[in-house]
Amino acid sequence: MTAAADDAAATAWQAGRHGRWRRRYGLAAFGAAIVALWLVVALAAPLIAPYRFDGADVTIRLMPPSAEHWLGTDALGRDVLSRLIWGSRISLFAGIVVVAIGAGLGVVVGGIAAYAGGKAEELMMRVTDLVLCFPPIILAMAIAAALGIGVRNTILAMLIVWWPKFARLARSLVLVQRSQEYVEAAVVMGYGPGRILFRHIVPNAIGPLVVLVTLDVGQAIITFAGLSFLGLGVIPPMPEWGAMVSEGRELVDQWWVATFPGLAILSVVVGFNFLGDGIRDWLDPKSRRR
Amino acid sequence: MTDAAPPLLQVRNLRTEFQTDAGPIRAVEGVSFDMRPGETVGIVGESGSGKSVTALSILRLLADNARIAEGSISFRGQDLATLSEEEIRRLRGGEISMIFQDPLTSLNPVLRISRQLVEGMLAHGRLNQVEALKHGIDLLARMGINAPERAVNGYPHEFSGGMRQRVMLAMGFANNPSLLIADEPTTALDVTIQAQILDLLKALNREFGTAVLLISHDLGVIASVCERVLVMYAGEVVEEGPTEDLLADPRHPYTWALLNAVPRLDREPPADKRLTAIEGVPPDSSKPMAGCRFRVRCPFAIERCTEHPDLLPVAEGRRARCWVTQGGERLLKPAAAAATAAASLTEAGRPMLELRGVVKHYPLRRDALFSTKKVVRAVDGIDLDIRRGETVGLVGESGSGKSTIARLITRIQKPTSGSIRFGEVDLATADRRVLRPLRRRIQMIFQDPYASLNPRMTVGQILAEPLRFHRLVRGEAQARVRVGELLDMVGLPVGSAERYPHEFSGGQRQRIGTARALAVEPELIIADEPISALDVNIRAQIINLFVGLQQRLGLTFLFIAHDLAVVRQVSDHIVVLYLGKVMEVAAARDLFAEPLHPYTRSLISAAPIPDAAVERRREHIRLTGEPPSPVNPPSGCRFRTRCPIAQGICAEVEPPLAELRTGHRAACHFPGQM
Repeated sequence: MTAAADDAAATAWQAGRHGRWRRRYGLAAFGAAIVALWLVVALAAPLIAPYRFDGADVTIRLMPPSAEHWLGTDALGRDVLSRLIWGSRISLFAGIVVVAIGAGLGVVVGGIAAYAGGKAEELMMRVTDLVLCFPPIILAMAIAAALGIGVRNTILAMLIVWWPKFARLARSLVLVQRSQEYVEAAVVMGYGPGRILFRHIVPNAIGPLVVLVTLDVGQAIITFAGLSFLGLGVIPPMPEWGAMVSEGRELVDQWWVATFPGLAILSVVVGFNFLGDGIRDWLDPKSRRR
Repeated sequence: MTDAAPPLLQVRNLRTEFQTDAGPIRAVEGVSFDMRPGETVGIVGESGSGKSVTALSILRLLADNARIAEGSISFRGQDLATLSEEEIRRLRGGEISMIFQDPLTSLNPVLRISRQLVEGMLAHGRLNQVEALKHGIDLLARMGINAPERAVNGYPHEFSGGMRQRVMLAMGFANNPSLLIADEPTTALDVTIQAQILDLLKALNREFGTAVLLISHDLGVIASVCERVLVMYAGEVVEEGPTEDLLADPRHPYTWALLNAVPRLDREPPADKRLTAIEGVPPDSSKPMAGCRFRVRCPFAIERCTEHPDLLPVAEGRRARCWVTQGGERLLKPAAAAATAAASLTEAGRPMLELRGVVKHYPLRRDALFSTKKVVRAVDGIDLDIRRGETVGLVGESGSGKSTIARLITRIQKPTSGSIRFGEVDLATADRRVLRPLRRRIQMIFQDPYASLNPRMTVGQILAEPLRFHRLVRGEAQARVRVGELLDMVGLPVGSAERYPHEFSGGQRQRIGTARALAVEPELIIADEPISALDVNIRAQIINLFVGLQQRLGLTFLFIAHDLAVVRQVSDHIVVLYLGKVMEVAAARDLFAEPLHPYTRSLISAAPIPDAAVERRREHIRLTGEPPSPVNPPSGCRFRTRCPIAQGICAEVEPPLAELRTGHRAACHFPGQM
């Protein structure tokens, strides 16, 4: 190979480095942007919503998108855009709360089970399996129906079906770390089990959990929307994306009523998924070779 | 080489680069060598020297971010560097085959051996299904696998490491290759199994005339197989020549350093227990280097070394990349350190640690609901004494229970029965409250320098945590001072405290692990294979560190290793383990002067010596077979199934560990009769 050709190849390679970053983290940045956008929208809802979310006016019911009502109006003449903006608060809140508390609970249960071992582990993991063996949506539906309609009750119902998968993952992650020599070194130093579990093992096991948590927010939002769609979840006239889709499901000619909340759900789920994928790539030591 | 036969393989000026975020790394630079048909050539070097990358470049099995940037690899007239994917695939496993270090990951765990054996033969389209299977069975038999007809129907997990490597060899030879590349084929194996595989490699080379390119970090392994050696350092070949000459009279200081850094079984270790280690670590290959790459570590460096030397002839058939030896000078043997004999620190009287009848059984899961409960007899009744100030070496192959003993003494695990007396306390039965103050007095250094440090803590935090926990310091400032002292003690710069473990090399991490153990000022240190994951020179550095610390701080060591030569170098007493039992105990000198147990003798004989002349003269006792399972140990003497001198009584009566000479015990019915 001549020196010139060699140089050219080397420059092409150098240029490829920038492209590689974009390939690896471009989608993640896009996902993060979507998530950030929705968070801003949710926080600023009272400021940016053009109308009240419960401002019914039957004279303008089922108006298509126009300059006044960008996304049209629904069967009661409420502005779809405003309801979408207010609805983001409930959807994001439900998704994040369910996953955060569920993951926290799961880590404690799974971590303790894995570290304690023996009968305690057996008991805790069988309870986990018991919950896991029901289809989650149906179980959550049953519990929510028993508890009664309402955001809080639905979140509670989702929590009950949500923690076991985190417990399973946390257990396997802790088991992997527990056999590492640095944990044995901590035992030899005389540290107690609490210190070893929470100061040494958990920080090293947290990586894959962060990924699951991020990916799971989207999942939780869908589930919550699904429950709302079925009539659980929010109490009208409180807007929620799943409930909004439900209201528009038979209005075939007035497509805007169901389509826009559907797109909102899609975008936030896709956003969290891209973000989660990016975090996974970033945490994977193999893809982060120096 | 001016042989009539044209070379089989001709590598010219090979340069392989890795593209990383930090810029391109030249893993191999300007490597050239020839192999004649049927020749055995070795490549030796430390990790990162480019030896494996050279091998992978030949078959173009490089990772995605690597490429052959320059040079040619001519094999029977074809240039492998520019061959199409299709053509090179036809060569792989056909004309050229390769076996790897880890036979577990190179076999597909979900496919039967027969499928994997036959697949390669069918892919090259020489045989049909039936013929291929028959040929495969013949090959397995040739590789020394018992009952090959049954073995082919097994899955990889049913085979031990040595057996898997035999299966890999059978697969490698399936298409009668003219070149076999073996990348560290015995590194993951025990020494007696290693000897078997190396014998097999030699026999196959003779029988089939297959050229063998053997890559290893171990000069002893190379010496026992190869006619010619290439020594690699920092991506370059620094010396090349016939094995015997090169080992007897190295012409590159790096070869010299490699040779002198390994303790040798055929020589008495020096009184001060130290090895000749060169300082420093190999250079970072992402930065361009001017001059000789070994210069900064070289004890012989002269002014001219700032100029990059070429690989030039130094003698008949020998080349070296060194200015110092260009004139034909020899590199002197290292001066025998003025025998300031390490003053024996051993105290008479009652031992500091006494193990009596220690047993550790691990229960296995039942195979079926009503099957009998099985246990792994990892440690099965062991007595062991350690006196204050001495170093006791514990040797044995994998599965002998040596690591379990370390974990029992440090109470990471609780023994099933027996007593471990330390001072006035029995560690075997002590509860957490009693153990806690004792933890400070017994510390451990671990095998894997990559796993033994918490990756999320800085070195400073790792060292300060035990200090605070055991209230050895008061306040932040005092902790920082003490951390500085500890780092200094193990030869690391004080600035290391701010950095994370992954920023350090293996040897440096082992120093950090040592500093952590020293932080609590222990009396007894259990070192479990502390150097087996390190490169030769770094091993020597770490051993010297241990020896120095022992002298300075009056430490007592239990040194666990599978490498007899290393154990002999550092130990006052040696304990030989086999399948959870003690086979022989003696002072280091006596054990090697007159090994009484046949197992000890075989271990000594199986360890290769990096000196081709000595290797040839030495008697070789080859153990057949593999250690039996500790779930179902043989009756009577545990070693009898592999023992060359076993007789009827050995199966019936278990020989006691009897004192046969003063301080020399062996558990054998026929001690010293081999």
